[in-house]
Amino acid sequence: MTLAQPVGPCERLQIGDDQDVVRVRQAVRATAVAARLSLVDQTKLITAASELARNTLVYGGGGHAELEHVTNGRRTGVRVRFVDEGPGIVDVERALTDGFSTGSGLGLGLSGARRLVDEFDLDTKPNEGTRVTVVKWSR
Amino acid sequence: MDRVPVLTLGDILLVSIQIDLEDQLAVRLQEDLADRIVATGAHGVIIDITALDIVDSFIGRMLSTIAAISKVLDAETVVVGMRPAVAITLVELGLSLQGVRTALNVELGLRLLGRNRADRLEPVDADAIEPLEPTAAT
Repeated sequence: MTLAQPVGPCERLQIGDDQDVVRVRQAVRATAVAARLSLVDQTKLITAASELARNTLVYGGGGHAELEHVTNGRRTGVRVRFVDEGPGIVDVERALTDGFSTGSGLGLGLSGARRLVDEFDLDTKPNEGTRVTVVKWSR
Repeated sequence: MDRVPVLTLGDILLVSIQIDLEDQLAVRLQEDLADRIVATGAHGVIIDITALDIVDSFIGRMLSTIAAISKVLDAETVVVGMRPAVAITLVELGLSLQGVRTALNVELGLRLLGRNRADRLEPVDADAIEPLEPTAAT
């Protein structure tokens, strides 16, 4: 991870139901606009956030997202962290493989989200929870 | 709970998704459409996603599922109005929208369904209308 310094306050959003996933998308969109991401980059980040928020809800049993407008001195960007205290991911490598799913999904959530962002960090421990942090930078 | 409205246009069903779709609503739309196809005997379904600023794997799967369900019920599905940024993101996400036909807009979607209503939708050609008799006194 590069050194991303927050520009503004950190926004914390609960993820407890379907509507919260929609709220996360809307909040990420607003921050992406503020960080001056291009339309395509906004779309990529919002889509990644939607996948990850749904993972937090479905696999993590709910949790929260932390949303920040950041800078690395040269560029501005958006950092979103998804935190749950669910069962964690046992086999990280497989979880990041296209088409692998322990649920009923398409298995594109994690692997697809990783492709859509500039930085991706997955921190997970079985029975303790999962934290996924993503950053998208303006071009 | 909200519903996505389904309009009937001859033997075609038109769905325009105008809201940020939550997962339950997407599932409900699948069921509503299946019911409406059977009730109306529609042969085509057009799903307009012009207003959607993202299509994630859940919505993508919903579109594929609707296409598959309607096919079994003898109706063809065309998804229209995808934004360029959404298309770019979908491909990078790895979503193939299997079994889903697409068109750029509703009109092309209708044409694709073999129901060329384009002529009827076009504005009337002004020159083709006989001018009204001048009212000036002679």
